[in-house]
Amino acid sequence: MTELIDHDYFAGDGDDLHVVGTSVTRADALGHVTGRTQFFEDLLLADCLHLKMHRSERHHALLKRVDVSGALEVPGVVRVLTHEDVPENWYTVLRLIGVEPNDQPVLPEDRVLWRGEPIVAVVAETEASALEGAARVEVEYEDLPAVLTMEEALTEDAPIIKPHGANCFIYEGHPCRRIRFGNVEHAFAQADHVFEWRYESEPIEHAPVETTGCIVVPQPNGRLKIHSNTQAAFFTLDNTALIIGGPFNRLQLVGGTVGGGFGGKVDVIVEPIACLAALATNRPVEYVYSRLEEMQVSSTRSAEIFVVKDGVMADGRIVARKVTCYMEAGAYTGHTTYGVTKCAAHMPGPYSIPNVWVDAYCVYTNRTPTGPMRGFGVTNADFALETQMDRIARALEMDPLELRLKNAYRDGDLKAHRKVAEGAALVEVIQRAAELTGHELAEEYERMSSLTHAGVGV
Amino acid sequence: MPSRVIELVVNGRHRELLVRPGMSLLGALRDGLGLTGAKRGCADGSCGACTVMLDGKPVLSCLVAVETVDGAAVRTVEGMAPDGPLTELQQAFVDGFATQCGFCTPGILMAAEALLAENPEPTREEVVRAISGSVCRCTGYTAIVDAILAGAEARRGVTV
Repeated sequence: MTELIDHDYFAGDGDDLHVVGTSVTRADALGHVTGRTQFFEDLLLADCLHLKMHRSERHHALLKRVDVSGALEVPGVVRVLTHEDVPENWYTVLRLIGVEPNDQPVLPEDRVLWRGEPIVAVVAETEASALEGAARVEVEYEDLPAVLTMEEALTEDAPIIKPHGANCFIYEGHPCRRIRFGNVEHAFAQADHVFEWRYESEPIEHAPVETTGCIVVPQPNGRLKIHSNTQAAFFTLDNTALIIGGPFNRLQLVGGTVGGGFGGKVDVIVEPIACLAALATNRPVEYVYSRLEEMQVSSTRSAEIFVVKDGVMADGRIVARKVTCYMEAGAYTGHTTYGVTKCAAHMPGPYSIPNVWVDAYCVYTNRTPTGPMRGFGVTNADFALETQMDRIARALEMDPLELRLKNAYRDGDLKAHRKVAEGAALVEVIQRAAELTGHELAEEYERMSSLTHAGVGV
Repeated sequence: MPSRVIELVVNGRHRELLVRPGMSLLGALRDGLGLTGAKRGCADGSCGACTVMLDGKPVLSCLVAVETVDGAAVRTVEGMAPDGPLTELQQAFVDGFATQCGFCTPGILMAAEALLAENPEPTREEVVRAISGSVCRCTGYTAIVDAILAGAEARRGVTV
């Protein structure tokens, strides 16, 4: 096998780098191969109740009547919970870092914003009774016009689906996250070529093999112990405490063992209502998604749209990049406002471009709320940007790696968001990748370095 | 319909348990016997996380009504190395980084055990086919297939 680690890099660094280049057994592997790793659902409690949701069958509708009497007649059903049972019903997960407004109800009050939105929680002795109870809840809807694509949401005559008055998140008074650097329009006029292309993606479900869930166990001292597979223990604990209206130290969260997450288990969805059910019954309560729920109502990666317009000189230097991007939040803000900020901050990619203009929108639709997924705000952005680079290279009949080397950021470059680049290594990484894959670079590109602009041709 | 008593030989031990009508083998193992190695990932036979060995054959335990297998011999991941040291297959999973979140691991180990019991020297394609009912969403399957082949070799006494 080819040795891929260049040990020269680590020579003379002393003891603190001794792990690099060696193989270290995973701390959790022994539990995984013996079946002894305890996932949250491996906590077996004989007197545990089960919670299931009655969910919206409409994309956007007023709730005219919610009748839970049928559920209460099902043998084994012990309790139903509606919004009236949630002390602080309105939240948004990122309020913990100052994001507002609280646009999401734990359980909706007068309207539903997406098909699959939970309306009534049914708590029963068995999963089967809870499911039967949930199926017996009757809801009368009055349909409202639904907005199902981002483009539709942003047209002038689109129905406004959010109470704050816009179908997009408002960033400090603006409908989008903006970057302004130099003057793109002036640079487009000077450029030898202008290329504009559009990139789109659909939502993607994380599909962990272990579905989202928790078991909440009331403790003798009045506290609640939450066994959860959340990826965000502290966000979950804090938001749950705020929702149930108790002090943070009333809750203990036991977690960290996640049967696949990929960003899909950072939402605070199952824990608050399970805590309220445990308090209402003084019994342990399990709320775990079925496979169907995991696939259809748990958050997805956002649908995204990127429109990338580049001004390029004949020698391959990119002199202007204008990006308009749209990330779909779905019905509620969730974490997507942050993903949009990450996306904007990632622009214009790892390239030194003197004129940059970015508008990044967080768009509401009547679809399943979205959330983080591997490379939040960045993965699809890179797909768009790097596809753009390949297309430019093809249009200019340039080597795609050489186009990137010419534009790669160097130490000391001022990036579009006013940070000076340091520790840049993109040039060297591309050179090494070319070497490892037998991709020949012209000599002037072999000589390039992240430390200087030599050879760029400015 | 009343519950009834079912007998199983689980990992070599004779067990009796009371089961409700329609209870799955997975439910019996987990809720009845406290053996939580087999996992519920879908409850509809599409993910393979609940795979155990039933009379030597791999089965999706979430789809088996336990009443229909009264008296059967069941083997679960907990029965692989009851006395401590790992089996060659388990060790190969550890050494080959064939686990990530670990949720699919018990089911895949059982599918692999069933394969090796029948075919101690499987080809790569046979391994792939044997675990094709198991979904791993973390690692991709290369490390898992490599580990099963390495475990099979070690079990045959071949020094790798």
